[in-house]
Order: sequence, then C-alpha cells, then structure tokens
Amino acid sequence: MSLLSPKEVKLLTNPLNIDNPITTQVLGICSALAVTVKLKPAFVLAISVIAVLTIANVVVSLLRNAIPNRIRIIVQLVVIASLVILVDQVLKAYVYDISKQLSVFVGLIITNCIIMGRLEAFALGNKPWPSFLDGLGNGAGYGVILLIVAFFRELFGSGTVWDYPVFENIGLYSIGYVNNGLMILPPMALIVVGIIIWIQRHYSRELIEK
Amino acid sequence: MEELLNIFTKSIFIDNMIFAYFLGMCSYLAVSKTVETSTGLGIAVIFVLGITVPVNYLIENFILKKGALDWLLGDAAASLDLSFLSFIMFIAVIASMVQLVEMIIEKVSPSLYAALGIFLPLIAVNCAILGGALFMQEREYSSIAEASVFGLGSGIGWFLAVVGIAAIREKLKYSNVPAPMRGLGITFIATGLMGIAFMSFMGIKL
Repeated sequence: MSLLSPKEVKLLTNPLNIDNPITTQVLGICSALAVTVKLKPAFVLAISVIAVLTIANVVVSLLRNAIPNRIRIIVQLVVIASLVILVDQVLKAYVYDISKQLSVFVGLIITNCIIMGRLEAFALGNKPWPSFLDGLGNGAGYGVILLIVAFFRELFGSGTVWDYPVFENIGLYSIGYVNNGLMILPPMALIVVGIIIWIQRHYSRELIEK
Repeated sequence: MEELLNIFTKSIFIDNMIFAYFLGMCSYLAVSKTVETSTGLGIAVIFVLGITVPVNYLIENFILKKGALDWLLGDAAASLDLSFLSFIMFIAVIASMVQLVEMIIEKVSPSLYAALGIFLPLIAVNCAILGGALFMQEREYSSIAEASVFGLGSGIGWFLAVVGIAAIREKLKYSNVPAPMRGLGITFIATGLMGIAFMSFMGIKL
C-alpha cells in the first residue's frame, strides 16, 4: 500500500518532467533568471517559491467555494502578497546577505506567473490535498530548472560550485584556463534555458511545436 | 534636467526591463508572435508604468517610509515604519490603477480601448509593472519627476524589446530551425542574443 495514489504521484512528478512550469508551461520566467548567477541565491529563491506556491495553493483551495468569481484575481493577489511578505521578513531575519542579493526578486514572487497560473488552473477547482501536491510539484519543477541554470552559470562564470572553488582545486587555472565572463551577464541565462529546452524536447518529442 | 535625461536613457537601454532583469517575460513570450499585438501590449505597458510608478512613489514617500507619516501625525509617527506593507500596497495600487485606466480609456477613446483590448487587465500581473515600483523603492529616487521619468523610460524599453522580438519571430517562421528548438527554444536564444547586443549600451552617460 503506497502513501500516494498513482494520480497523486503524477501531480508531483509531471511538473519535474514533461509538464515543467518553465520549459513547457512557460510560466514564472520573470523572476527566475536574474538570480541564477550563483547557486545560493537561486536555491533560496526556489525554496521561497515552493513555500509560497504550496501554501497559497492550499489556502485558495480551501477558500475556493467562498471566493466570488468576479473578484477572484484580487483575492488571490492578497493571499499571495501576504505570504510573500512573510517570506520576505523571514529571509531578512535569517539570511540577510542573500535577501539583499535577491533584492526586488523576493517581492516579484507576487507576480510570478507560476503562482497565479497554478491557482487559476488548479487550486480553484480541486481539493486541498491534491492542490498541496500540485503546488509542491510545480514549485520543485521550477526550482530544478533554477538550480540547473545556476549550476552551469556559477561553474563556468566564476569557477565555483556553492562557493567552493572547484576549478582552482583541480588546477585548471594553472594550465591557463580563464573563467567565461559572459556567463555572468544576464543574457546568458536565457541562452542556457534555451539549450535546456532544446535538450528536453529532443528527448520528449511530443513537446515539439509545429 | 540632465539627471532626468540620464535616468531616461538609462532605464530604456542599460537597465532594460527585459534584457537586464527579465521582467515581464511571461507576457513578452506570450504575445510576441506578431508585431501588431506586441505593439498594443507595449503601448499599454508604457501607459501603466508611466502612471503607477509616480503613484507608488507618492505612497512610498508619504505613507510607508520610516517617518513618512510626519505630515499627518507630527512627531508621534517619527518611528513608524510601514515599509513591510509595501508589497501589498503596490500590488493593490497597480490592480486598481489598471482597472481605472481601463475605465477611463473605454470612456475617452473607444478606439484605443478596442486596440488594447484584453491586454489591459493582463497587465496587472505583469512583473514589469511591480518590478518598476520595487526598483523605484530600492533606488530611492529623489523627486517625483525622476520617478515618472524612470517609469516612462522602463515602459519604452519594454516596448522596444517586445516589438523587436516580435519582428524577429515573424521572420523566424520562414527559417529552418532544428525541430526541438522551434518556438520557445529559439525565442529564448534570440532574446539572449538581443540582450548581448543591448549590453553594448552599458556605461553610456549623458
């Protein structure tokens, strides 16, 4: 007897693969790419988004029968904005340096389209438990892409992984290797995501656009 | 005046909302299939950014900032700091301003209203608008003129980017792109290349 039914497992794993919020649904790119210069801030942002998305999904799902259809957007925005304020205060209290690095991007979680998108598409029509799983899955799918992009940008741009100097320790610099400064610039995040999409669609042919 | 001009060019070319901060990417990718629709959304964004940034500037400086309520409550409010409320205030202002702008345009110019159509309500959840307000807060502009110029400039920068990519995508339809790259993938790469081109403006000061 497994803990989750097959349908519930799908809710969790689909966003990690063929239904990824960034590469397939094209949601939430706004706040995602600017923070991926290093792994640490990307990780913190990913955790924040997972927290906000999961809780917002559950809250809206609990309220779904009480929210009048006409004003649902503003209700959702208020729920999200209050959660983001909480996250922002927690980050400021415990990881102040990273919260400074993330600057406006914590606030921008409010307008992160993933959260609005999932609330509209899922939480408004489903019970709290599936909504919780959906939030967790989509948040994780978003986080995975963020971490992949950040890993490559940090590795090639600064030669480190999680601030650990990999290239220096294996002696690449002494044989003349130079960090690729281009990877630190914002446009490279787009190109890295473009390549991830290319690779993913190469393996999942059904996603290819006509 | 010089300072204003400087902020204006800086917000259009150097701190471009899309190429430097990736704000408003969702609608940027969604509407940039044709030049016509992207022009409509671009104009709407200029409009809304130009209005909401100064309004949020007033709210920030006369209500939310530390000691900002002095004009109303005197010294009693000197230590009052409401800035933790800024997210919820800004998003409320944006949502209501968008609604207001929509109603005014519908009344004053039905033809513009028909042209902007569905794009106006969409703008409430466009990250570029909230991003404009948050950057305004973070950079602490010293006057409302600077804030308005920044808002307008950011809007124009966004407009240029979205119309540019739409033109490229119209051309790309006739190119032989590798199948897995078609659509989204190639748009990302093209945006990245445009971003690199825009980086050449870096360091320009008037």
